[in-house]
Amino acid sequence: MAHRIEIALKDSIRDPRGERIRNEIAHFLHLSVDEVRSIDVYTVDADLSRDLLEKIAGGPFCDPVIQTWTVDRPQGKDFNFAVEVGFRPGVTDNVGRTAREAAEYLAAQSFSPGEGVYSSVQYLIKGDLRLEDVQNIATGLLCNTLIQRYSVVSAAEFAAKRGFPVYVPKVAGETRTEVREIDLEVSDEELMKISKDGVLALTLEEMKIIQSHYRDPKVVAERASQGLGARPTDVELECLAQTWSEHCKHKIFAGTVQYEDENGNRQEIKSLFKSFIQRTTKDVREKLGDKDFCLSVFKDNAGVIRFNDKQSLVFKVETHNSPSALDPYGGALTGIVGVNRDPFGTGQGAKLIFNTDVFCFADPFYDKPLPSRLLHPRRIYEGVVEGVEHGGNKSGIPTVNGSIVFDERFCGKPLVFCGTAGLMPAEVNGKPGHEKNIIPGDLIVMSGGRIGKDGIHGATFSSEELNENSPVTAVQIGDPITQKRMFDFLIRARDKGLYRFITDNGAGGLSSSIGEMAGECGGCRMDLAKAPLKYPGLNPWEILISEAQERMSMAVPPERIDEFLAMSRRFGVESTVLGEFTDSGVFHILYGDKTVAWLPMAFMHEGLPPMQLPAKWTPPVHEEPVLAGKSDFTAELRALLSSLNICSKESVVRRYDHEVQGGSVVKPFTGVTNDGPSDAAVVRPILDSFEGVVTAHGICPRYSDIDAYHMTANAVDEALRNYVAVGGSLDLVAGLDNFCWCDPVLSEKTPDGPYKMAQLVRSNQALYDICMVYNLPLISGKDSMKNDFYDGTTKISIPPTLLFSVIGKMDDSRKAVTMDVKKPGDLVYLLGKTADELGGSEFLALKGFVGNNVPKVDAEKAYRRYQAYHKAVMAGTVASCHDLSDGGLAVAAAEAAFAGGFGISLDLAKILWKGDQSGRNDLALLFSESASRHLVTVRPDKQGEFEALMSSNCFACVGVVTEEPMLAITGLSGSAVIKAALAELKEAWQNTLREL
Amino acid sequence: MSDKSRAIVITGNGTNCETEAAHACRLGGFDEAVIAHIAEILSGEIRLDDFHFLNLTGGFLDGDDLGSAKAQANRLTNAKVAGTGERLVEQFIRFIDSGKLILGVCNGFQLMVKMGMLPALDGDHLSQTVTLTHNDCGRFQDRWCYLKVDQGSPCIFTKGIEKGIYLPVRHGEGKFLCNTTETIERIESGHLAVFKYSDENYEAPSMDFPLNPNGSQNAVAGLCDPTGRLMGLMPHPEAFVHYTQHPRWTREELPEDGDGLMLYRNAAEYVRNNLL
Repeated sequence: MAHRIEIALKDSIRDPRGERIRNEIAHFLHLSVDEVRSIDVYTVDADLSRDLLEKIAGGPFCDPVIQTWTVDRPQGKDFNFAVEVGFRPGVTDNVGRTAREAAEYLAAQSFSPGEGVYSSVQYLIKGDLRLEDVQNIATGLLCNTLIQRYSVVSAAEFAAKRGFPVYVPKVAGETRTEVREIDLEVSDEELMKISKDGVLALTLEEMKIIQSHYRDPKVVAERASQGLGARPTDVELECLAQTWSEHCKHKIFAGTVQYEDENGNRQEIKSLFKSFIQRTTKDVREKLGDKDFCLSVFKDNAGVIRFNDKQSLVFKVETHNSPSALDPYGGALTGIVGVNRDPFGTGQGAKLIFNTDVFCFADPFYDKPLPSRLLHPRRIYEGVVEGVEHGGNKSGIPTVNGSIVFDERFCGKPLVFCGTAGLMPAEVNGKPGHEKNIIPGDLIVMSGGRIGKDGIHGATFSSEELNENSPVTAVQIGDPITQKRMFDFLIRARDKGLYRFITDNGAGGLSSSIGEMAGECGGCRMDLAKAPLKYPGLNPWEILISEAQERMSMAVPPERIDEFLAMSRRFGVESTVLGEFTDSGVFHILYGDKTVAWLPMAFMHEGLPPMQLPAKWTPPVHEEPVLAGKSDFTAELRALLSSLNICSKESVVRRYDHEVQGGSVVKPFTGVTNDGPSDAAVVRPILDSFEGVVTAHGICPRYSDIDAYHMTANAVDEALRNYVAVGGSLDLVAGLDNFCWCDPVLSEKTPDGPYKMAQLVRSNQALYDICMVYNLPLISGKDSMKNDFYDGTTKISIPPTLLFSVIGKMDDSRKAVTMDVKKPGDLVYLLGKTADELGGSEFLALKGFVGNNVPKVDAEKAYRRYQAYHKAVMAGTVASCHDLSDGGLAVAAAEAAFAGGFGISLDLAKILWKGDQSGRNDLALLFSESASRHLVTVRPDKQGEFEALMSSNCFACVGVVTEEPMLAITGLSGSAVIKAALAELKEAWQNTLREL
Repeated sequence: MSDKSRAIVITGNGTNCETEAAHACRLGGFDEAVIAHIAEILSGEIRLDDFHFLNLTGGFLDGDDLGSAKAQANRLTNAKVAGTGERLVEQFIRFIDSGKLILGVCNGFQLMVKMGMLPALDGDHLSQTVTLTHNDCGRFQDRWCYLKVDQGSPCIFTKGIEKGIYLPVRHGEGKFLCNTTETIERIESGHLAVFKYSDENYEAPSMDFPLNPNGSQNAVAGLCDPTGRLMGLMPHPEAFVHYTQHPRWTREELPEDGDGLMLYRNAAEYVRNNLL
């Protein structure tokens, strides 16, 4: 029988969780509540004595200094309504899992199968509320009904029924081994219905390719020899749907594009990926010659570059957008712990050294009606921020760099980019660390978490737009501690050479990981009945495609398996042998001794012809605003500093541990009061060395409204100029591209597909053009192509977005430069020229315009200047450097000044101008977002050396650092156009998101 | 045991700061600093008896799922060491009784107070009297704090620190509370509250956010037992052993060593003078 253990805070103890809920109720739902208190509830479903239950309640579950405990007796008192929220059956319950382990220590034995502990939280709400208000609080704030359940009771009902009844959210079901056969000899309509109803995300053409495969007499005969009929099994069809999903197969990037530009020139592009991304890397590496530092690109879970003779750097950035739209906390948590597995599962395995996060949200203060199924942007913001916080902090990986970008269109789907870098020995047991192989006969071993119904159809569901019927099962909740235990074990197993190959289980689950591994040696034979399950009741196809988290797959040589399994047990990690790798040419799946899938590897991996994609570029023309000249722009600067895209994100950043592992050199915040925004991060991953890893990123989706070519060029430039600003070396720096697009495939739902596809083509063109000049090889990346919401009436498409991340090195991190001005009297330089390029700027956005003059990158000149600047940094001549981006010069100068605590005085007349003089005015000089510019300060005694090192580049001395804490900018007419106290500017910058 | 000074850092089940803690021990002067996974201790491969200085470091033991460090406190108290028949907690008590040193940082401090190792007012190292709970602000905080040192403290780790030190805190559950007023009075009168969150001149303890990042009672940031050999603190000394870790190193003239290194230097010196 099950028991309820309740843990309440003593009356005298503050309840920060309750206080936060009370504030959120007021803020979000505009309801006034006197008080919220919370109680932790553990439902123990196990055969334990009363005495033992009391020991558990009073021991590991309760902190005697601040809490009280009860067994089967409610503690709630002094409230009007109580709401209890717990997980639905089958949803990952990390607290419940830990509670069970704790109980097992006290019981001195393991629970029987089916026994467990389940956690929930009870909220006691005091205030003058109606039942429907409390229902709103429950569904609008406390509970995500997709993954959680709740019940509400009034005080009277609570008293009458003596609290909440015991409820055990156990997955009910018995072991089924049902394998269905699917008849594909049906009409086209029926084929599409099979795809749609099964969330297979397969097109009619793809269904027909499958249909004809199963008609092939040779296939029929082979299947008969395995005891299979002519129809595909559900295991096979699901496996093909995963393998062929946009998410796993990148069909758009692999497709054939017919591109037509604005002048009617036509071009056929066979695979954007090969033509632009792969070619970029190939051509850059050729150009670098013997200075090439790439070790493993595109072929593994993450890219690998050289760091020094003994260590290599690994980096990957992923997105987890669709799950985060449905369950922001779980989706984002899974995003970060999921991307952790990529570098960890690269080569023979890497130690993880930092995370980066970039989020794109709609305005958290959005106050218009939203289509159904969409969560309020503020809930997405809260959930995503908290999910990544828990995932990153609990994994012990510092979050060193990131940003938050706002645009109303991200309410259709938020973008959640999570990146992780690792450090891997250049050699492991005598072999290059970034290489691995599989020999037929090696055992298929899965380690880590168990398989459940979580994450079923994750890969296929994110290959479609978000809609009313998006499946609940696609949502997963990550468990950083189970994963950390697994990593602790596997990194030691790596060093002992206990496995030959490692990869992660992500999208598509085992179908994808083992499918790809089988490709290494030419086949596999795997028994799904051996897979450890969280609860009974899974069909074989569900076991194969479940995306349950915290799992890695290994190829273990048979002679090492005993040692591998023994070590796994010692470290408290579950590992299971599921079968063996073969060279049969077949992906052979059994359930017990019955074959349930027999898929030729060639058909699985090469059976799909390239997609045909039309693309036509018609440049958009936006209204060109007529901006009146003004004598004072201080109010505009204040408004820009307060705008969502520019304002301080400190309230979020402080929630992320950015210093764990001890290598932090340039932190996210810097300056006299530790609150100025750094341009890039520098970390020392090896504590007795001063070699630094530098990372930065660029992202500017708004420019896509004018031209995705320039959006991309600016994103790449922004990443590199941030990287260069702190002192990153141009001799060893690589890029990662993450494309997040709206669906660009022409269809009834997407009549503007050719335009969106043309944007994608142009973006790729820019990527190649700029990276070639910047000597930036692309080492890894990802695309997410269906970032739309469509409910049949409303369609919301995100602006095409490229996140460009860079990772590289600085030989001596003690030479790093930060963005805060250092001393009065230092000279202020602006590197690079300014042009009339307000198109897509934050300034025009503030005025409600897009404009047309998007910033254009002059990469050749910028690269020469970046090289010269790097020499100036290495020579120790640079006191501070801040990159110019959103908001232009005025914003950069304000930030550098208030970060350093000293004023800046600037003269706009001294700024180098590019282009037609007619556009040269105070407004453009202050707010234009022209690319490739840095604001640098230099000590007067270093002036000569700095200027000599920068000679023959575009730069100008435009002002001086002042003792007086003011930003004072003189306009072209000679009078002040901005004059403001730093405290006032800083307050404007800090105020917007301070309370979130 | 050889004449080498030996430090051990326990890791596993969600501990995160083992690498930098071992690095700090080496920099501080320990001849050896071994990172030992809890599995290697429970299997009997590694014994605490072979070390002089035990580090319980920061992290999220078991995800802090039952409250910070609660599950590990339960594990250490109840788990048995393979092949010996003894519970791990007995190794701990033997370690303490033989005059050795323990430093708990952040999650390690939470573990020590929840097991009862601190403040251990009457020499009882297994009864909890104080706790560390959720920050008043309700959020995890990564920020640097000024820590005023109690000059009169018996703590062996803080010898020679004049006014205070500057270190980062990185926690969601760092608010210090005592079970009774008697406990806090005895902590204060025994000078066991080694570090208190203070103003930037280390003049007075502060209850104001963000100087005091969590709302700790009497601004307590760190605590030692009456012997001065056991200490715990929420801020991270291992995170500031070199000037490049300081948030303002690019604008201030700083000595090569970070403030936190002093604690490890003192530990190493104590071991050399008293335990070898």
